[in-house]
Amino acid sequence: MARLIAYREALREAMSEEMRRDERVFLMGEEVAEYNGAYKVSQGMLAEFGQKRVIDTPISELGFTAVAVGAAQNGLRPIVEFMTWNFAVLAMDQILNTASKMLAMSGGQINCPIVLRGPNGSAGQLGAQHSTAFESYYANIPGIKVVSTSNGYDAKGLLKQAIRYENDPIIFMESEVSYGDKMEIPDEEYYIPIGKADIKKVGRDVTIVSWNKMMKVALDAAAELEKENISAEVIDLRTIRPLDWMTILESVKKTNRLVIIEEQWPFASISSEISYRIQKEGFDYLDAPIRRLTAADAPLHYAPNLISLALPDVARTVKLVKEVMYQNK
Amino acid sequence: MLNLPYFCSSKFYLLATLFSKEIYLYWYELMKLIRQFELISEEKYKMEGKIRGFYHAYVGQEAIAAGCISATKAEDLFITSYRDHGLAIAKGMSINSCMAELYGKATGCAKGKGGSMHFFGKDVNFYGGHGIVGAQIGTGAGLAFAEQYRGTDNVVLCFFGDGAARQGILHETFNLAMLWKLPVIFICENNNYAMGTSVKRTSNVIDIYKLADAYEMPADTIDGMSAEAVHEGVERAVKRAREQGGPTLLEIKTYRYKGHSISDPQKYRTKDEVEEYKDQDPIQKIKQTIIENGFANEEELNSINARVDEKVAESVKFAEESPWPDDSEVLKDVYADENYPFIID
Repeated sequence: MARLIAYREALREAMSEEMRRDERVFLMGEEVAEYNGAYKVSQGMLAEFGQKRVIDTPISELGFTAVAVGAAQNGLRPIVEFMTWNFAVLAMDQILNTASKMLAMSGGQINCPIVLRGPNGSAGQLGAQHSTAFESYYANIPGIKVVSTSNGYDAKGLLKQAIRYENDPIIFMESEVSYGDKMEIPDEEYYIPIGKADIKKVGRDVTIVSWNKMMKVALDAAAELEKENISAEVIDLRTIRPLDWMTILESVKKTNRLVIIEEQWPFASISSEISYRIQKEGFDYLDAPIRRLTAADAPLHYAPNLISLALPDVARTVKLVKEVMYQNK
Repeated sequence: MLNLPYFCSSKFYLLATLFSKEIYLYWYELMKLIRQFELISEEKYKMEGKIRGFYHAYVGQEAIAAGCISATKAEDLFITSYRDHGLAIAKGMSINSCMAELYGKATGCAKGKGGSMHFFGKDVNFYGGHGIVGAQIGTGAGLAFAEQYRGTDNVVLCFFGDGAARQGILHETFNLAMLWKLPVIFICENNNYAMGTSVKRTSNVIDIYKLADAYEMPADTIDGMSAEAVHEGVERAVKRAREQGGPTLLEIKTYRYKGHSISDPQKYRTKDEVEEYKDQDPIQKIKQTIIENGFANEEELNSINARVDEKVAESVKFAEESPWPDDSEVLKDVYADENYPFIID
């Protein structure tokens, strides 16, 4: 059996199920308790679990992340909600210098089983400081894993996996603009392993790789291309680090063409890393240069027409795919 | 005679300000051990080049380690900055594993992966050795959060220097620790210099303990050259934390005889100033009390000295004879997940 529920509810179910299972799991963040979540992800959780385990914090990202990291090092399994990953930059010292490095620096004595989650990237006309996509920043760091989800089903399975089974720091990225998206979620409990990409649409002519809310662009573009008899295979990375490049390579072996759609800025982005890996492992299979569509190499401006120009869209994705198919003039 | 590593048990806790012969001799031996460890290590660094990296000595600050360890129990957690040798030894980490860590050997307390600044001993509740100034203030409060969450009566002693008192994380953490009444004692080891910058050149507020006032946190200032004073001050704060009374800030005024790190030419202070502090050397003061009270005579103290010297010499031998970490260690201890697919090229 399955139910039609929103992405935010799937995230909530993941956290609540794991909190019922394990007393060591707690949720901490700004507005998560009495306000029921800035985006209502944690709605009702204070009522069920009480203030010991659903904890409102002051606006002190560095401070409360440090407390959660210390708690994780001392045997608890914290979930930290950032209102957006844009604010987590203030906590970067604890994530980079403490959470990710302590296992190595202590010679394997002190690990940090923590899940740091929240919405990532742009979400409308929010201005430059609320609109950055951070996957490439965190994916650069050894010692942590980075998950970035496009839908409720994946998000629930991956978040449950992160909370219950992972013993390393997990960066877990969502999207404000997807929280209301509804999807069939099984009644039965399920987990999705971290580090496995998912083929969301099978195709034969070109491979499109994306993740998080850019998956909508990728899938809509594939539907457009289908009308013109171009069959695109669409891969949802789901996990950024470790990168499941084998799934991409297997697809490229079949299609011989690769296009990557992402919301990162272009310099040293996730597409940069994928392109390196696929040219190295799949050089002989490529019939065209690997191409990508990224965010514009600029802070995201406020005006709606400038946002449209700066972020990947269906029209430009379709055009890019035709270019690697050598169908454009 | 007591053997190190040795943890103070609760019998000391009940003694309040009356210290026994055993405590004095314990303090003396521990402080001598820390100092000898530092002096020999420095020699191995400077004369023989066998120890490398940033090295921050604890010489002059030993009374803090002594007083803190006698005022706490083994289950209490310690976390500190990169000036970490003295507290690690006090907490009971083996001298051999500490010396081997300085040498970068596989037998080191962090398998040769940490070095001088990153000693760790989870088995004795020593949570490191942190290199980003002030970062451990927040992480330390998190260790205390976990103790409170589990309902233990353990407390965390969270150490930092006067330089760290000017970091933003101190303020965020103080606020959270008071809000949640975390069982943590914030201990500022004020040795008067943040590297080469004296306290009075870093802030309008030169009494660091007063920073607690903004958060209505209890605070105290303590003479860090006296193990007795440290014990008493820490004991009061620990008692409050154990009884769910929340955190305390202790500003412990101390002095480091050595530079900020081993490569510091110390142009920012006079030799006279250093000599002045050496006149109130914490080890000499303890020795005097021991002699005056007849707890031991010179000869007995000399035999402690000899034992300490021997222990440190042994640790040097151990470190020198230990192997380097195996090549395969490069990609170990990075993830708890043993199947993590690293990028190789």
